[in-house]
Amino acid sequence: MLPRNDRLSVAPSDAAESERRENVHPDDWRNPAPAGCYNLVVIGAGTAGLVAAHAAAALGAKVALIERRLLGGDCLNVGCVPSKAIIRTSRLYAEMRHATQCGAQIPGDIRVDFPAVMRRMRGIRARISRADSARRLTEDGVDVFFGDACFAGTEALTVDGRTLRFKKAMIATGSRPDTPSIPGLVEAGYLTNENVFDLTELPRRLLVIGGGPLGCELAQAFSRFGSKTIIAQSWPLFLPREERDAAQILSDAFSRDGIEVRLNTRAVNVRIDGGQKLVDLVIEDHKSTVVVDAILTGTGRVPNVDGLNLEAAGVDYDNTDGIRVDDFLRTTNPRIYAAGDACLEHKFTHSADASARIVVRNALFLGRERLSALTIPWCTYTDPEIAHVGLYVQQAHTKGISVKTFTIPMHDVDRAITDSEEAGFVKIHVKEGTDRILGATIVARHAGEMINEVTLAMVAGIRLRTLARVIHAYPTRGDAIKKAADAYNRTRVTPFVNNLMRKWLSWTRR
Amino acid sequence: MTATGQAPMTEQTLDQLHRAAFSYFLHAVNLANGLVADTSRENSPASIGVVGFALSVYPVAVERGWMTRADAVERSLATLRFFRDSDQSGSPEATGHKGFYYHFLDMHTGIRAWCSELSMIDTAMLMAGALTAASYFNADTSTESELRGIVDALYCRIDWSWALDGKATVRLGWKPESGFLSYGWDGYNEAIVLYVLALGSPTYPIASDSFEAWTATYQWENLYGYDFLYAGPLFIHQFSHAWIDFRGIQDRFMREKQCDYFENSRRAMEVQREYARRNPHGFAGYDESCWGVTACDGPSQQEPELADEPHRLFGYAARGVPYGPDDGTLSVWAAMASLPFAPDIVLRTAGVMLDRYPESLSELQFASSFNPTLSRADRRAWVSAGIFGLDQGIVLLMIENYRTQLNWRLMRKCHPVRTGLRRAGFRGGWLERRPSSEDREHAPAQ
Repeated sequence: MLPRNDRLSVAPSDAAESERRENVHPDDWRNPAPAGCYNLVVIGAGTAGLVAAHAAAALGAKVALIERRLLGGDCLNVGCVPSKAIIRTSRLYAEMRHATQCGAQIPGDIRVDFPAVMRRMRGIRARISRADSARRLTEDGVDVFFGDACFAGTEALTVDGRTLRFKKAMIATGSRPDTPSIPGLVEAGYLTNENVFDLTELPRRLLVIGGGPLGCELAQAFSRFGSKTIIAQSWPLFLPREERDAAQILSDAFSRDGIEVRLNTRAVNVRIDGGQKLVDLVIEDHKSTVVVDAILTGTGRVPNVDGLNLEAAGVDYDNTDGIRVDDFLRTTNPRIYAAGDACLEHKFTHSADASARIVVRNALFLGRERLSALTIPWCTYTDPEIAHVGLYVQQAHTKGISVKTFTIPMHDVDRAITDSEEAGFVKIHVKEGTDRILGATIVARHAGEMINEVTLAMVAGIRLRTLARVIHAYPTRGDAIKKAADAYNRTRVTPFVNNLMRKWLSWTRR
Repeated sequence: MTATGQAPMTEQTLDQLHRAAFSYFLHAVNLANGLVADTSRENSPASIGVVGFALSVYPVAVERGWMTRADAVERSLATLRFFRDSDQSGSPEATGHKGFYYHFLDMHTGIRAWCSELSMIDTAMLMAGALTAASYFNADTSTESELRGIVDALYCRIDWSWALDGKATVRLGWKPESGFLSYGWDGYNEAIVLYVLALGSPTYPIASDSFEAWTATYQWENLYGYDFLYAGPLFIHQFSHAWIDFRGIQDRFMREKQCDYFENSRRAMEVQREYARRNPHGFAGYDESCWGVTACDGPSQQEPELADEPHRLFGYAARGVPYGPDDGTLSVWAAMASLPFAPDIVLRTAGVMLDRYPESLSELQFASSFNPTLSRADRRAWVSAGIFGLDQGIVLLMIENYRTQLNWRLMRKCHPVRTGLRRAGFRGGWLERRPSSEDREHAPAQ
C-alpha cells in the first residue's frame, strides 16, 4: 500500500479553525466512562455516524460514538462543505469575467485573492461544524469517544484503553482517497481532498489526475481562480458513469474555462526538477511531459476497514468493496451493521445519511428496511452541474426494460434564457408505453436543486402525467421538468384521438 | 423572397451537383493503385473510406454515362488488386492487419500515413464499396469475374471477431504501437453498416449478441416533439444509408419503437431544422431552411485571422445538435445527404443555402463547411478550404438513391448484407423477398 498523505489538517490556525477544532475534536476532550452496555455503538462520526447517533439517542437509546479524528468526517472537514464553499467563489469569478453575457461590464481589475477564498471557506466550515459539535452531542445524550476503535469480540470493542459492550454496533468508518500507483508521485508530493483545502497559496500550474466528480469540480474551481490547469483522465470521457452528452457538455465547459483537457491519458511517472513537478503523460503511443507546481489526484475512494480487528468481530470485508452487508445493512455478525462509505457503492453524504437511518430502524426496532429500496440522486457540482437519479438507459436495457426519454434542452426554458444559463438539458427516462419514471439526468447550472423534484416523484410514485398537472412558478428552471411532462402528454394524443377531437370540435362549430 | 418561399432546387441543378461530386473521384485518384485522396488539399493521403465511396460511385457513373463500364472495371480492379496484394502484417509501415486497413494511406506507396489507426468503420465503408462493385459488375467476363473473386477474398479475410477484443461491441480502431483504442463508441452512430458486414461474414463473423449489446446503448428520445433514435451529428443518420435501404425493415429496437432507421433519419433531419430555428447561440444564417450541423472541417483559432475570435471555434469536429459542439459552422452537403428522407424539404433547403451562400460551392462541389457568423469584409462566409472526398461520396450516393435507388438495389441483393441484416434481427420489407432478377439489370450488352 502506498504511504498516505498526512490526514491531519495543517490549515492556517485562525479563529475559524480554532472554533472548528473545538467543535470537532476539542484539545481538552476527556472520553467519558463507558456505560455498562450500549444499545448502539457507532464507529466513525462522519455523516452516517452522526445521523445514527443523533437519531438513536433521540429515540432513547444509549449510544456511544467513536471517532478516530474529526467529527463530521470528510463531508464537513475535507469534502462537500469546503469544496462547495470554494466552488461558489470560483463561479463568481467566472461570472465576473463573462459579465458581458448578461449585459454587464466586466470589472476593471479582477484579482483573485486566494487566501480570502480559503478564509471564507474556513469560516463556513467552522459555522457548519457547530451543529454536530462534541459538546452538543454530549448534551443530546451521546457518549463521544475519541480514539481508535478495535473490536475485542462479537459484542465488545475497545477505545482509548476502555472496553465498550454493545447490543448493536454500526461501522461507519467512511473512505479515503485511492492514490494511483504512479512512480514518483509520493516522493513528489500530491494533493487529495484531504489536504487541498489546507492550501494557502494558489498553485500556478495544476495537474488534476482523474476525471471523476472530485477531480472535475476542483479542476474547474482552481482554473477559475487562475491556476493553469490540466486534467488528465484515463477514460474517453469525464464522469464515465454519466450519460455521454452530460460528459460532452462538461468537456466543452472545461475548454471554455481554459482547462487543458487530456482524455484517454495516463500519468505514468512523476519527478522533481528544480522544485517543479514533471509528470509524464501517455495517450495511446504518444508520450509527453507536463511541468506543474501541484498535482491533485481524484481517482476514486477506498473504504476504511483497516485497524478495526473485524476478524475478531466476525465481520467479513474486503479492501475494495468494504464491509460486506446484506440488503438490511447487516454484516456477517448479526449484531453489527454498517453504513456510509465503508460499505456502500454510492459514496455520497446523502446516501450515508439514508443508510444510517435504515440501520437505526433495523438494528434497534426490528425494522426490515432495505437498502435497495432507496432512490438515491447524486450531483457533480461543476458548472453546469450534472445530476442523476434512478436508472440510466443502458442499465434499463440490461434489465430488459424498454425506455423512452423526454428531453428538454435548457435553451427551451425561458428562465435559463433570461439568465444566460442555457447549457444543459433535462432528460427524464420512462418505461416505454407508460409514464412511470425510471430515472433522470439533469445538466444545468442548478441541476442539483432540480433533480430533487424528479427524486420526489420517483419515491412517491408520481408519474409524468401528474407532474404535468403540477403548476410550476414561472419563470423557473424547474419548468424544464414540467415541459418534459407536457411532452409526454402530447405523445398521448394518438392520431386516432386527434381525429376524434377534430371531429368533435368541428361538430361543435355547427 | 423569404426562405420558406424559395423555389426548390431544379432537376438541372441537381444533375450538375451530382456530376460535380463525381468529378472529385475522377481527379483525386491514383490510377495505379486506385487510392483516392481524403481531400483535395495538397499532400493529402488516401482515406480508405473515400476509396469505399469511389468503388460505390463507379457503377453510378456507368449508369449515367459519365464513364465507360470498361473504365469503371479497370479503376475498380486496380483498387482491389492493390488491397489484395497489400502488406497485412500490421507493422507500423504496413497497409493493414487482419483484413482491416489503416485509415489513411500514402497515395503512392499505400502504406500507413499519419500514424493512423486500423479503422474498423472505414474498412467497413471500403468493403461496402467493394461489395457494391461485386454486385454491379456481374458480367461473365474475365475482368469482372476477377473483380468479384478479389472482393470475396478481401471480405472473407477480415477477422471481424478479432475487432471485438474480447468485448461485447466492436472496437473503434487499433494501432500497432498501443493496441486497441480505448475511445468509447457507445450510442447510436454510423456503424450499422459495420455491424451488418461483420455479422454477415462467412469466415470470421461476430455474434448477434454484439449487435444487441450495441443497440443496448441506444437512446430513444423525444426531442423538440420528435421521437427518434438520438445522435447529434447529422452524418450519423446518413452514412449507413448510402448503401443499405432501411425502408420498411426493422431490427428488434425499431420494431419496439414502431419506426425504422429511414424514418428515424427523416426525424433527425427535422430535429436539425428545429434546432436551427431556435438557434440558441444566435449564429448568423441559421433557420429552418439553413441547417446541417455535422462532423466537418471548420474554423479554428489556429488560423491567424481568427486568433482573436471571441467565441470558441472547433476546427475539425463532430458537430451536433442540440448539445453541440456548435460554432456556427454548417455543411450544405449534410443537408443534401438527407435528400432521400425528405426530398421536398431538402431540395428547398439546399436551394436556399446555395442561394444565400454560393461561396460554399467550389466548381459545383460542396465545401466541407461554411460559417456565416465569421463573414469577411466582403460579407462572404468563412468557407473550409478544399474539398473532402467523404462529403462528395455521401452526396453522390444519396442523390443517386433518391433518383434511382441504384446503390440500395445493388446491396439488397448482396448476400453478406442480407445475411448480416438477418443476423442483426432485421425483418420485413424487401428483406423478406428473394433477390429479384435485378442481377441481369446491370449486365453489359452482350
